[in-house]
Amino acid sequence: MSVLVGDDTRLIIQGITGNEGSFHGRQIKEYGTNLVGGVTPGKGGQEALGVPVFNSVADAKRTTDCNTSVIFVPPAFAASAIIEAAEAGLNLVICITEGIPAADMVKVNHRIKDLSTRLVGPNCPGVISPGKAKVGIMPGFIHDPGSIGVISRSGTLTYEAVHQLVAAGLGQSTSVGIGGDPIIGTTFIDMLSLFAEDDETEGIVMIGEIGGTAEEEAAQWVIDNNLQKPIVAFIAGQTAPPGRRMGHAGAIIAGGKGTAAEKVTALKASGILVVKSPADIGTTMADAINIK
Amino acid sequence: MKIHEYQAKELFRQNNVSVPSGAVAFSLEEALAAYDNLNVRTVVVKAQIHAGGRGKGGGVKLAHSQDEVKKLSNEILGMNLVTHQTGPEGKKVQRLLIEAGVDIARELYAGIVLDRAKRKYVFMVSTEGGVEIEKVAAETPEKIIKEWVNPDEGLTENQARNLAIALDMTGEQIDSAVEIFLAVWNVYIDHDCSLLEINPLVVTSADNVMALDAKMNFDDNGLFRHKELLDYKDESEEDPAELEAGKYHLNYIKLDGNVGCMVNGAGLAMGTMDIIKLFGGEPANFLDVGGVANAETVANGFRIILSDSNVKSILINIFGGIVRCDRVAQGVIDAMETVNVSIPVVVRLEGTNAKQAAELLENSSLEFLVATSLADAAEKAVSAVTGGGA
Repeated sequence: MSVLVGDDTRLIIQGITGNEGSFHGRQIKEYGTNLVGGVTPGKGGQEALGVPVFNSVADAKRTTDCNTSVIFVPPAFAASAIIEAAEAGLNLVICITEGIPAADMVKVNHRIKDLSTRLVGPNCPGVISPGKAKVGIMPGFIHDPGSIGVISRSGTLTYEAVHQLVAAGLGQSTSVGIGGDPIIGTTFIDMLSLFAEDDETEGIVMIGEIGGTAEEEAAQWVIDNNLQKPIVAFIAGQTAPPGRRMGHAGAIIAGGKGTAAEKVTALKASGILVVKSPADIGTTMADAINIK
Repeated sequence: MKIHEYQAKELFRQNNVSVPSGAVAFSLEEALAAYDNLNVRTVVVKAQIHAGGRGKGGGVKLAHSQDEVKKLSNEILGMNLVTHQTGPEGKKVQRLLIEAGVDIARELYAGIVLDRAKRKYVFMVSTEGGVEIEKVAAETPEKIIKEWVNPDEGLTENQARNLAIALDMTGEQIDSAVEIFLAVWNVYIDHDCSLLEINPLVVTSADNVMALDAKMNFDDNGLFRHKELLDYKDESEEDPAELEAGKYHLNYIKLDGNVGCMVNGAGLAMGTMDIIKLFGGEPANFLDVGGVANAETVANGFRIILSDSNVKSILINIFGGIVRCDRVAQGVIDAMETVNVSIPVVVRLEGTNAKQAAELLENSSLEFLVATSLADAAEKAVSAVTGGGA
């Protein structure tokens, strides 16, 4: 099994006729993901990437029975695109867009919190279940199908981790970029709980970074739920200065809070294997799986 | 984006948040003119820099006459102000706020931040005004009272009243505080702020509630809908190399070490800094070149990194996904031909077309240290500096 995306995915792309949407959409399709349509307001009735384009998500859902959307629309319009997909009743919405104002994401989360839709991102590379479905901008070929679940706030650092896992002989069940913004839909805890219940996932890699307290909350969740699958974690930004936003909008040590040291301490206390070096993620997981 | 106190107070004034009268001064003459215009005996001369702790550092002083205004303005304008937020190098004071003194009965605190875990904005107040709020939060967290704001409703009058009552206010003070809290919330949400702090918020002896200080930071992602705020940008407060990098759309942050790094992606860039440190080196910078690592981006990256004379080696770490490594390698080769790079350059390219990239680098007439893994790259870049032999 995989989580979030897989053989059952029926995907639409919001912003399919834009530069980003059509570029990445082509690669998503070439990977073998079941792309059933796209949405660009005003371009309904046209065709793009060999699938029909609709004016709205509701239209797309009615015709294609899509269950998942990936969003490539510009920051100013991304919040309403997320809400539109959620209100149309899709199960999963993955927002790739970087640069959405935090105030918009506060409103989005408030609006969709009682709906059944799961939001991943924004400002993330997306989700891939190797060999089944790729819904995002990650290079598909670096992944192998397997039994490790990957959860990360980063993009290229996730690819690095996946590369190391493959080099160590470990494939992935699903790899999820949860996003680098201060307000995101799906959290470490949400993903840990999905991977905990997924029989195929035998180990979990967590890649966190400075800013916020999501890693500390995840550590507490691992204790409270007595999660037995081995977890390897790396926290990026051990050398980052306080008060500076390190690329990602959410990667900032503010008011003395959100340091790598605090996160490492909390993760270790929950029994998670924290690697000091980002080069040790793959080998540490391989050791943990073999011991188990 | 950060702005100065006097600019934040200008926004406060425009939005009915009560602040003392005052004016900005870029020179001694302007400071004296401001004093005349205020037409009061006692004023506060306040250094305007983008950092807190100015009072403790000697950048905020009371003056009771024109002579004192003159003396203090001379002293503070141009001084190198060191506070716990500026770092040991301090910041040069180029602007003053000359402000009418206020008869203070109580010093309180008010602030708004984003609560990431609750995914809501939180309005906070405390009776412990005038001191560092981080200290209050750490030592006596029960003295910070919070109201989380419902995004559909905004801060409600009831919530504002609860906050005022929690601050032990009575009678007219409560009405005055409710008015100010609601106005402050509106300023915050209408300008896409990421932080707003009033420390101290004061109750005057005439029972008015007033913002004696004002700190506002803006969410960079929201600036596209507030073009007017860009006029408040003070480039002299920023690092020149960081400003330059911004023009090339590069995300660069200068640090104190000597191993320069150029990486695609923010997480991998932080991870690269961390591993340099683990191998005994010190990173000179954070630099995310983003999704386009062509000859032009790499050349600009080289220029920015080399503008820091501490840099003794450069580590290029690119994980090619959509970006093809052979293109990046060609970009690095082309850039080295336009920018004079006289220090060791370690290149680690992984992902799409990594093999072709390695061949391109090996076959070029330029001197590269080609690394085969992340750890190998860090080790080579660090030993190039320490002379350990690569």
